[in-house]
Amino acid sequence: MDKLITHSPILIIAIPLLVAFLTPLISRANEKARDVLVITTLAFVEFLVIVLARDIYANGIHIYTLGASSPTLTIPEQYMVPVRIILEVDAMSIFMCIIWATVSLAAGIYSLSFMKEETGRDRFYTLLLLMVVGTFGMMLTGDLFNLFVFLEISSIAGGALAAFRIRFADAVEGGFKYIIISSVGALMVLFAIGIFYAQYNLLNIAALAQVIQYTMLDKIALTLLVTAFVMKTGVVPLHMWFPDTYTVAPASITAMLVISSHACMYALFRICFSLYGVTLNTATVGWIIIILGVLSMFVGVTMAVPQIDIKRLMSYHAISQLGYMWLGVGVGLAVLGNPEALATYGREAISGGIFHILNHAVYKPLLFLTGGALFYRTGTRDLNKMGGLGHSMKLTSIFFIIGALSISGIPPFNGFASKIMIYESVYRLNPILAIIAMLVSIITLASFTKAFQSAFMGQELPAYKEVKEVPKSMIIGMGIPTAGIIFFSLFPGLIVDWVVYPAADALINQAAYINAVMGG
Amino acid sequence: MTQGAPFNVPFLAVAALIGIAFYIILSQRNLIKLVMGLGILASGVNLFLVTLGYREGGVAPIYTHAPIERMVLPVPQALTLTSIVIAVATLALMLSMVVHIYRHTGSIDSEESRTMKG
Repeated sequence: MDKLITHSPILIIAIPLLVAFLTPLISRANEKARDVLVITTLAFVEFLVIVLARDIYANGIHIYTLGASSPTLTIPEQYMVPVRIILEVDAMSIFMCIIWATVSLAAGIYSLSFMKEETGRDRFYTLLLLMVVGTFGMMLTGDLFNLFVFLEISSIAGGALAAFRIRFADAVEGGFKYIIISSVGALMVLFAIGIFYAQYNLLNIAALAQVIQYTMLDKIALTLLVTAFVMKTGVVPLHMWFPDTYTVAPASITAMLVISSHACMYALFRICFSLYGVTLNTATVGWIIIILGVLSMFVGVTMAVPQIDIKRLMSYHAISQLGYMWLGVGVGLAVLGNPEALATYGREAISGGIFHILNHAVYKPLLFLTGGALFYRTGTRDLNKMGGLGHSMKLTSIFFIIGALSISGIPPFNGFASKIMIYESVYRLNPILAIIAMLVSIITLASFTKAFQSAFMGQELPAYKEVKEVPKSMIIGMGIPTAGIIFFSLFPGLIVDWVVYPAADALINQAAYINAVMGG
Repeated sequence: MTQGAPFNVPFLAVAALIGIAFYIILSQRNLIKLVMGLGILASGVNLFLVTLGYREGGVAPIYTHAPIERMVLPVPQALTLTSIVIAVATLALMLSMVVHIYRHTGSIDSEESRTMKG
């Protein structure tokens, strides 16, 4: 068991990677066996993540050095700096990993039925597992160049998956937009990495953080990184690709794309907090993030109101919800250099933002999966053509209500728990920000009421007489996030103490992140 | 430093390549040209990495042959190789998507082949 914990960071990446390339082979022999293998792999990775998480909450940052005689030997003898690839897992990384493992498991199970009609499913699962690998890599790595490589793996697999149903013209277009944005973003990241390497001859985040000066070149690198990750996360003003891609991707993939966009956001936070830390002009960068967040919240929700395509509507809401996270964490970053403000409301704001990542990661995939369920049975995403589906798809409509109430921040649902944390702490910095955030929440509720009314309420339409509830695997896929919502709604305090505060403290405590690699 | 070309020339080439690439990506409507722009962008970044790795009088780090004090650490070269491989994969994927877009809409002009707006 100890061995398993020690090696779990690399196993989380290696096992899905191996299975990804096994699936086409096994698919030839037996399709059922492949399905079982994929789901077992995802479940086993989830298990590894939880085992590793328990270890991290008990013993602090977990370091894994690839190729070293001992996994904790970060700096080889006769060297001054780490030259090997290092995976550095702290409470924030493992927090993201838990989310990703759970959502990919739910999406995998959901896909079993959802993709049944499609051809080429062996390649679908290969790509799905590659995307799992890429995104886990981004969360676990402690090395900038690996961040780039895993970002590309996740983008290529994500783009191919978004365009998977190539018989639809719009699906290919959405995938194409995604891959263009991703590769421009990734090349900007690579250029920034080149700038760092030119100045410091280092690629390790912790080692770089120790020596970084915040010179002019570092500012250019920061600009490139922020632009790239803003683009990849889908925050206003670089959000144009976001609704297009999310609308056309298969529902299970949309749910996964949401979290891979969170992974890019995580990468940005990691760079701002752990790499630059207080050397950064935190007030300026913090306010840039706050303003981007507020813009996304507002533009996202106002664009969502007139939409009639159910998944497009949800995509715009996703942009708007991303804004809350940027607002919360941005406030924390803005006061990072001021210990007093940080203690009174900064930490609370970061925790609110991080808790919102967790909440968003359960209700948004759930909503996208219910949108996919409607598409599966009715063959349309147009809200004007739907109606009366509440009669025949009872479970789906219950799932939709839970998701919609949660995203609108209605107490006692979990969306409210994180939003109240953001409102309270943001109010201390600037009351106007909190008022905008509440207003956005109200418009969100209005928009989801409209969507629910058009899809589920009213007379049973003659066109959908034959519609039944969706297959069992899709119910399970939607049930996993619903269980998450109910659990987080019942015990928000417990979740905040268990996972959210440690994650926020891991972001704030740059010294611990550096020492884990460089010290001793 | 060698006689002749000043040391900054490769960096100017990097700037030119990246500038041209961004101009193409932002201004062209033809999807094939867009993909070519991305190819140029990738080349620009790769050239930047290779230029960073250049050391005057350095020797390739082949342990059995090179004098140990003059070997260069081959990290930038390794990065460039990885990045080239990734660029090939993305460009191939993009081009295959352009083929599918053409089959569906009969056009590779980004304004004419668009199906989603707003």
